[in-house]
Amino acid sequence: MITKRIIPCLDVRDGRVVKGVNFTGLQDVSSPVSLAEYYSSCGADELVFYDITASSDGRALFTEILTETASKVFIPLTVGGGINTVADFDRVLKCGADKVSVNSGAIRNHSLVDEAAKRYGNQCVVLSADVKRVDGVFRVFAKGGRENTGMEAISWIKRCVEHGAGEVVVNSIDTDGVKTGFDLEMLAAVCEAVSVPVIASGGAGCIGDFIKLFKTLPQVDAGLAASIFHFGTVRINDLKREMHAAGIPARMTEKE
Amino acid sequence: MLAIVDYGVGNLFSLLSSFASIGEPAQVTDDPATLAKADGIILPGVGAFGDAAEKLRKTGLEEAVIREAKNGKPLLGICLGMQLLFEKSLEYGEHAGLGLLRGTVRPIREVIPADYKIPHIGWNALHIIRRSPLLSNTKDGEFVYFVHSYYAADCADSLAAVADYGAPLTAMVQKENICGCQFHPEKSGEVGLRILRAFADMAHKKEQP
Repeated sequence: MITKRIIPCLDVRDGRVVKGVNFTGLQDVSSPVSLAEYYSSCGADELVFYDITASSDGRALFTEILTETASKVFIPLTVGGGINTVADFDRVLKCGADKVSVNSGAIRNHSLVDEAAKRYGNQCVVLSADVKRVDGVFRVFAKGGRENTGMEAISWIKRCVEHGAGEVVVNSIDTDGVKTGFDLEMLAAVCEAVSVPVIASGGAGCIGDFIKLFKTLPQVDAGLAASIFHFGTVRINDLKREMHAAGIPARMTEKE
Repeated sequence: MLAIVDYGVGNLFSLLSSFASIGEPAQVTDDPATLAKADGIILPGVGAFGDAAEKLRKTGLEEAVIREAKNGKPLLGICLGMQLLFEKSLEYGEHAGLGLLRGTVRPIREVIPADYKIPHIGWNALHIIRRSPLLSNTKDGEFVYFVHSYYAADCADSLAAVADYGAPLTAMVQKENICGCQFHPEKSGEVGLRILRAFADMAHKKEQP
């Protein structure tokens, strides 16, 4: 039985992990390498490193940290942030990333998903979509959730999957940072539209939110969160134990 | 020393790092002489079977790998590298593999229920079919990380473990010195490292007179 994946997301700027609430007001949390090792040891199924650096110095620091993490942590690593070209894919894959997530880069260059999937395989290309309701319609936002692209989200996601995105991260801007649960309505709409794995992001505040997610929408493959893991509000091994108890397939590790 | 075959397919960083973390010197190489000197050989691979088989053939490494394997040197194929050990694959046409193990690589779509997603991606439990030296440090039900859309079929004589994805999918094979993992041990946390450890132990045993 394939298990539901639990994925902590580490937003990294200038070599440190940060997490925003509704994408503003960043707060320093910890060292990415030690946090990654910690998560791996307590049962995280995968890690996402999101590079929110703007400067080239910061970018070099990011690849250093990625390399160090990948040489110590042996679970799948996805890298996102600042991925605009196939050369960016190459840069992070060489440092030990397994999958690369594209967001604004795919919006700016509609052939990026296609080109990357042809070169590295669909399994390597993750579409990350920041989605928000505008007048009752799901719209895709770019630039870290600041800019409404005007594109309808479900058709955008569908299009990217047809062009080779092997997984989709759906990040609801409406629920992000609010901690009242995942955006089940938005996720249901995406699951209905595509047949690749869907990763839910934005809104988890407690263990119960993950249980509700996987019970309500068994088509969802994974749950992603950041601050609740970083601040210890939810401990991954407790979460796994409760998922298991609720009959949700979860990878249990001996270390618990 | 263990040799990781470099034939221009896939990312070898994690594999190299995982051997380093268990204290096993490993070397990425495209040199048949290095393969001849190694205690064991790892054949990695991602992407399409046909392309990979052709690259392996063109570089002359196929011949070298087959020669070493037939001399009894432990060989571990990982993911597509495992699939390459079989006679043939039906991925986009029909392509010949190395023929070191009996069996055919087929689409998982043929055996899994229609509502299951492809690829089979994520952590799944190993169900041990037959005790293999590769599993000497592994318990039934431990989880490993998979990413694949094709699986090895008709391989009963080498089948060591399966994973349940609506159908039992070949997860690990081993016949004498020829071993393969459909999953990625280098991405399967502690469990994966223990499997790599077991392979390294097999390789070193071979070295002794």
